[in-house]
Order: sequence, then structure tokens, then C-alpha cells
Amino acid sequence: MQHSKNDVWVGLFVLLGAVAVLFLSLQAANLLSLNFNTGYRVTARFDNIGGLKPQAAVRSAGVVVGRVESITFDDKTYQARVTLLLQDRYAFPKDSSLKILTSGLLGEQYIGIEAGADEAALAPGDTVVSTQSALVLENLISQFLFSKAAEGAAPEDHKK
Amino acid sequence: MSWWRPSDVGFAVRCKLADIGLGARLFAKLLRLLPAAFQRPGLVRDQVHFLGNYSMAIIAVSGLFVGFVMALQGYYTLQDFGSTEALGQLVALSLLRELGPVVAALLFAGRAGTSLTAEIGLMRAGEQLSAMEMMAVDPVRRILAPRFWGGVIAMPVLAAVFSAVGVIGGWIVAVGMIGLDNGAFWSQMQGGVEVFGDVGNSVLKSVVFGFTVTFVALLQGYTARPTPEGVSRATTRTVVMASLAVLGLDFVLTALMFGL
Repeated sequence: MQHSKNDVWVGLFVLLGAVAVLFLSLQAANLLSLNFNTGYRVTARFDNIGGLKPQAAVRSAGVVVGRVESITFDDKTYQARVTLLLQDRYAFPKDSSLKILTSGLLGEQYIGIEAGADEAALAPGDTVVSTQSALVLENLISQFLFSKAAEGAAPEDHKK
Repeated sequence: MSWWRPSDVGFAVRCKLADIGLGARLFAKLLRLLPAAFQRPGLVRDQVHFLGNYSMAIIAVSGLFVGFVMALQGYYTLQDFGSTEALGQLVALSLLRELGPVVAALLFAGRAGTSLTAEIGLMRAGEQLSAMEMMAVDPVRRILAPRFWGGVIAMPVLAAVFSAVGVIGGWIVAVGMIGLDNGAFWSQMQGGVEVFGDVGNSVLKSVVFGFTVTFVALLQGYTARPTPEGVSRATTRTVVMASLAVLGLDFVLTALMFGL
């Protein structure tokens, strides 16, 4: 087939589109850090997950070591069951504990892993027992108010 | 005087129904002509060149300025909450999810859709389409189908360029002018943008808009009244109807893609 002058320009045009999509995927999105399910799954039960969302980071010492895969509600124990996908290259002791933390004052919530002291490492399918729920502002305030009320009430009791 | 007789109402409804039927038939025929259009790729290539390459300048410049403005306005608001690092995420997500495909489609309707309508409308007014039919050449196959598929190919490319240039524009303002941290800008963006969820849906949206805008432009040209006034009206209707269709479809697509 004969080539015309337009061929070059149309080729350039389509190439520019491909470069734009590639730029958006690599630089603006997380294609490079996207791991295609190479990891092991660990579940954990939390009393309250606060604002934790699927795809939230799992960090240990501030380094991202995995992602939250799914969050479901367990109507037997009335707890949230969180499935974590941890990267293969990181192993954690069986008695590691999980905490729901917040990055910054208004930041996203993530799960922090604190390593335990057990010899055996977490295996795929394990359940982490030691978890700490997210801080819920209303609970904090009510605790604070109760302690204030208790302080205020204590001297009254002494007078009697 | 202005009371409508039942026969008038019936006639108006029947005309509208016939228009819708004609449009649906033309759309189905254009879809079926995909293999036929690519049997002569030269025709489609020339249309991609005409519709796409010539729209590139306006798309790129608009994207750059939309990115500038997004970064500036986002900065003013985010500053109040002390979370200016989220600016990268804000710019990238709004461009990819909404502004990129939608604004590119609106510009495409104004820049390329109108020229399609005017071209086809003038062909009809000059009886070129009838002449082709006389020569047993199907004008839908020879004229409309290459333009349709050329537009469908050009639109996603333009929208992707719009988003990419917009992100770069946001970066120029955020890092270059305001002085945000370069690393925080990109890492927040990468933390919040999903490859398939956001970039993929952005491309999907722009493909849908490509079908919409090109089809509306071709239909308006094809059904234009063969007078100078009819062609000018058809061109106006292309911009109005394509813009409304893009905005309405965008709402539906956003609700389907990002709702919950």
C-alpha cells in the first residue's frame, strides 16, 4: 500500500495519545507499585474500623508492606473482618499486633503492624488476634467528659 | 388559534418517532460498517488526521490552562485545611474522572463536530450524496463511515492528551509557582489514582463520548435541510445536542463507574 504524507502525522497523533495514557498510568497512577496479587492474605478482626477503606495501606515502621483487600462484617461476633494482602518479601511474627492509625490530623486511615516476638511467621490464611480499633472521636470525648464528671463528683462525696 | 388539533399532535409525534428511527438505523449501519471502513484504511486515516490532528492544538492549550486553574483554585481551598499536599491528587482525579473526557468532548464537538456537520450538510445541499447514490455508491459507506470511525479513534487520544497536559499544567503551578514539594505532589497523586479505576474509566468515558459527538454531528449533517439556512441550523444543533448529550451521559457514566 502506498504511504501518504498523512500517515506520519496520524501515526504521531496516535503515538501521542499512547504516550499520554502511559504517562497518566505511570506518573499519575500507581501502575509501577501495583502488585498483581503477589502476596499472602491474613485476616484480622476489629471491634471498630472507623473510616478504614479497602485499598488502604498496611504499614510497618511507616513503610508500606501491603494493602487492605476487603472489609466485611461478621454477624457471629459482630466485628469487622479485614483481609490484608501482605507482600511476599515481608514476614511478620505470628503474635504481631495490628492498629488502625491515621496519617496526619485529617489524613487517611491505615493499618500499622507492630512485630511481635514469636519464632513462627504469619502464614497465609492466619488470623491476627491482637488488634486495636480505630479511635472514634465521639468515644474519646465521652471518656473525657466522664473523667471530668468523675473528678467533679469526687470532692462532693468527701464532704458527706 | 394556538390550539393543537389531535391530527397536528399525531403528526408531530410521528415525525419525531421517524427521526429517532432514522437515527437508530443510521447508528446501527455505521456500527456494522466497521469492517468495511477498515478495508479502506486510507479514508479513515485522512479523517483521523482532519478531526484529530487539527484539534490537537486547542485541546493541548485548553488542557494546560485547565490544569493551571485547577491547581490555583485547589490550592486556595486546601490551604485553609493545611493539606496542600493533596493538590496533586485533586488535580489528577478531577482531570481524569470528569474534566478530561468532558471538556475534550465539548471542544471536539465545537472544533471537529461542526465541520463534519457542515461538510455533510453541504454535500447534501449540493446533491453530491444523491449523485453518489445514482452511481450506486452508498454515501453512508463511502462518506459517513470513515468520518464516524475516524472521530471515534481521535476522541480518546485527544482526551488522554488533555488529561496528561492538564496534570503537567497543575504540576507547573503547584511546584513551579506555589512551591509545593515535588515528591509530595506526585506521591499523593499516585496514592489516590487507580490505574484501572481512574485512568481506565477515563479512557472508557472518552470512547463513549467519541461515539456520541461524532454520531450527533453526522446525523445532523445527514438530515440537514438542503438549504444554506438548514446547514447553518444543523451546525448549531450539533453543538447544542452533542454538548447536552455529553453532559447527560457523563452523569450516567459517573454514577455507574464511581458511585459507591
